[in-house]
Amino acid sequence: MDHVSTIEATKAVVTLDVPLPGIIWGWMITLNMWAKSIGTGVILVGAYLLYRHKKEDMPNLRWMMPLISFIALNVFLLFTLLDLHQPLRMVNIFFHPHWTSAITVGAWMASLFTGLVTLMLAIGLLDAFPEVGRHLGIAKTIRGKTALYEKVFPFVVFLAFPVTMYTAIIMAEASARELWAAPAEVIQMLLAAFMVGSASFILIAGKWSESVRKDLSWILMLSVLFSFLMYMGEYFFSFKASEVEATLAYVHSGGEYFVQFWSAMIMGYIIPFFIAFSSLKNENRTMMRFAAVLTFIGLYLAKSTWLEIPQMLSLS
Amino acid sequence: MLLYIYYLVLSLNIIIVIKKLGGNMKLGFLVDLNLCMGCKACEIACKVENEVPLSSWRLRVKYIDIGTFPDTSRSFTPLRCNHCESAPCERICPVSALHYLDNGIVNIDSSRCIGCAGCMMACPYGAIYMDPESNTADKCTYCAHRIEGGLMPACVVACPVEANIFGDIEDETSQISHYIMEHQGDVQVRKPEKHTDPKHFYVGGGNQTLNPLAHERIEGYGLFNNITHLKEIGDTHHSMLDRFLNPIFGGHNDHLKNESFVDMPNDASHEEGGH
Repeated sequence: MDHVSTIEATKAVVTLDVPLPGIIWGWMITLNMWAKSIGTGVILVGAYLLYRHKKEDMPNLRWMMPLISFIALNVFLLFTLLDLHQPLRMVNIFFHPHWTSAITVGAWMASLFTGLVTLMLAIGLLDAFPEVGRHLGIAKTIRGKTALYEKVFPFVVFLAFPVTMYTAIIMAEASARELWAAPAEVIQMLLAAFMVGSASFILIAGKWSESVRKDLSWILMLSVLFSFLMYMGEYFFSFKASEVEATLAYVHSGGEYFVQFWSAMIMGYIIPFFIAFSSLKNENRTMMRFAAVLTFIGLYLAKSTWLEIPQMLSLS
Repeated sequence: MLLYIYYLVLSLNIIIVIKKLGGNMKLGFLVDLNLCMGCKACEIACKVENEVPLSSWRLRVKYIDIGTFPDTSRSFTPLRCNHCESAPCERICPVSALHYLDNGIVNIDSSRCIGCAGCMMACPYGAIYMDPESNTADKCTYCAHRIEGGLMPACVVACPVEANIFGDIEDETSQISHYIMEHQGDVQVRKPEKHTDPKHFYVGGGNQTLNPLAHERIEGYGLFNNITHLKEIGDTHHSMLDRFLNPIFGGHNDHLKNESFVDMPNDASHEEGGH
């Protein structure tokens, strides 16, 4: 009973209650957001590269971009499904949609986005590898519609923005967790997409032109910088709501989330920033790949921390 | 022609009157904390009436001790769904499993719920739980099934001191409306800053009893020693992944063994502390 005597006289103490729920949205939701950032990020960064450079500077971009996006989006969709307590009822989102919910709007947009990326992947792959499925009727049909790739691409780029950002609106609708504020989270989601989008391309850009690789370094450097600054602003100065203050005070006081948050900041933001910055003058491909891998790890840890800490707060 | 217009106006008036009588009913709840003695009869009645599984609660009574010995007091706060007029859980539910009834109750259709837990993240009052048996979200519905049959909610019936007052807050002659009028200035809701417009009121409450940030939770001082957080919500092996992996790596078939819960290791304790 020693520590009871240290409680302030004005403080109230819970002496009998039920256990609290703890972490409800855990690593699967973190993985979901992380994978979605990759899936949309490669499209956004890819679109920028295609706008700025010649296709010959990035010979495999046409099929690698939808391939990476397709894999990441399927990881995202798989873990979205696995996290549901009733995964087979996912169809209810399509048959009984409730349009005020960002979950519904997001699910529809993400499904459409994945469908279009799949179409781009099929065209891109069959164009890049003419020997594949040469005798298959469906392959012939798709090859006959090569121009569709360029027609669909602008819609995919347009959709990539809301698809990458809608999770921020879900978090904003989760009004019990005040740490997740919409404007800040929307920007963070967009920056996360540019971070891992550029990091994905850095890993495969070995044979791309130097000017493209330089652009990727710029994108990585700027996106980690702005994202880091936003995290710092939120971490140190977002004390307007008492629940946010309590949440962050919990992290500031040390413990596993403190370690996780700063590990994320150092690994995913500070180190990649300096590597990308130095690479602008003297390119070091190995170091840039190292920075890209660190960005992936750091972003996952940062998202995990930010997702879980408000859930540690007692709501009642 | 005039006769037609007369009938039209008459029928419109009848519709308005019917809507006023039926559609505008807004059911609300009020707990007089001055009367509550923490007997937990409401909690048990709710559990029994709604067959709420172990480790889940639609209604719970929290004990809070204030002050230092010998100047101490203990308060009891029953906590349940607030049936907000602007309910964040209803807004975030992707399949309308959470929906409003005409009488203001925020109801839940478990057969439609996909178990995304969005409502649990949205509810500022922590009033929604994941049912470990049905793997769907669930919560207090003010015993909507009883109200439909003309009965009072189970917790109201069970309360020995009539601390729970339930009725139509739109009806000026109802007991709850009288109570609210009589105790003006002392009627509070939880977290008004959330703008959810709760229809659950407290009389005799204060910041220390209604604001969760105003009281501490100390591990080891509760009915369930050293438990402040449940390790998992609902069925710990709910996912499809588990369903595939469990037959290979061994799953949660312990309950099939012939041993009581007492003999099983209690792995519900979790070292992560609250604050």
